[in-house]
Amino acid sequence: MIPHGIEVLWEQRDAMLAGFLTTFAIATAAAVCAGLLGLMLFALLISRVRAVALALAWLVDLMRCVPFMLFCYLIYYGLPSFGIVIGNLMAGIIALTIYNAAYIAELLRGGYMALPREGIEAGSAFGFHSWRLLLHIILPQVLLSSIPMLGNQMVQIIKDSAFLVIIAVQELTFAANEIQATYYVPFASFVCAMLLYWVLCLAVEGGVRAVLTMAEARR
Amino acid sequence: MGNGDYLALAAGAANTIAVSVLAIAIGTPLGLGLALIRWGQIRGLDSVVAALVSLLRATPAVTLVLLVYFALPTIGLELPRFAAGVATLALGSMAYNCEIWRAALLAFPPDQLDAARAFGMTRGLRLRLVVLPQIARAALPALVNEMTLLIKVSPAVAVIGVIEATRAAVRIGAATYNPIPPFLVALAIYIVVVGAFVATQRMLERRHRAGLFA
Repeated sequence: MIPHGIEVLWEQRDAMLAGFLTTFAIATAAAVCAGLLGLMLFALLISRVRAVALALAWLVDLMRCVPFMLFCYLIYYGLPSFGIVIGNLMAGIIALTIYNAAYIAELLRGGYMALPREGIEAGSAFGFHSWRLLLHIILPQVLLSSIPMLGNQMVQIIKDSAFLVIIAVQELTFAANEIQATYYVPFASFVCAMLLYWVLCLAVEGGVRAVLTMAEARR
Repeated sequence: MGNGDYLALAAGAANTIAVSVLAIAIGTPLGLGLALIRWGQIRGLDSVVAALVSLLRATPAVTLVLLVYFALPTIGLELPRFAAGVATLALGSMAYNCEIWRAALLAFPPDQLDAARAFGMTRGLRLRLVVLPQIARAALPALVNEMTLLIKVSPAVAVIGVIEATRAAVRIGAATYNPIPPFLVALAIYIVVVGAFVATQRMLERRHRAGLFA
């Protein structure tokens, strides 16, 4: 049974690899976009414009109550109602980006709240204001202290990307499911997919550790 | 959206709650069991548990639910959809909760254990009367946080055909060609369910604090 499954999987390795690469590409693209959008949201969240900051904090909290799958459907089926027609891959990346940007903005805000105020006050005393204060004084410290949390969020993006199977994005779980349905080897195909997700997540963990050691060495 | 649609969403919400609560009730004690295995450094088992937990924590719920539903029958274990959904979420919850319990156990002051041993308490008694009540309180916020995360991945069970809140909303949206209203109702359902868990945590913490200072 299991040797047969492995045999089938080896024959279908191209399909599995294609799914793996798609998952990798989606997760990377979504992580970069969510990181940038998250940074912008973070800047607005800590801005002096109270109305904007409050409205945004409320939106971020709301987003953290939504299951990703519901949000994914909302983007995929909801955007056409507003006349925006996009493909399923694009819809998936947009959903991953917006959803995770909210979490990233919130975790950066957490890092900012934990910063000692003195450094920021000294920065503004030395004439750093608004975006220059943010860019040169606040962000380097916040990003450094948030590295492990950002790594966790990256793992979350990889895992969330599997939900895109429901809007027929041909990623890793989709590929495993196709092979399973065609050749009836569910055990081998899904365990293989799990191991490949594991590889991605362990790589992220390794990356986080490497960055932390590097940061420690430069101090 | 007609009355039937609201009824369908309510049935979906009931499924979401049932799947989540059952998975939490199974996964939380299992996670504690795994954490105790790692804490006790039982040779051989220790590293197996560590690897299993790491693998499960890296596995998307969608992939795991497909594995449980389609692969278990090949080894003669056929689970109905609902049970497969519960089993999947419980496995994930077990892995996450193991790490939470383990962190609480590692932070537990060892001198209390020495004192309990000096009083002649057996291992089981030490665990039940000294360790568990304290780590349960320390782990509570993280456990509840994990429960809210579980509710948010629970739509994954829709992939094998369990009609929970999200799936019910999608069906109504497809039938009425107007996806936004049912999605908003589903969203409200999740906010209420997640909110109920957070409120329970706050209540337990308040009650504990009241007990401490009484």
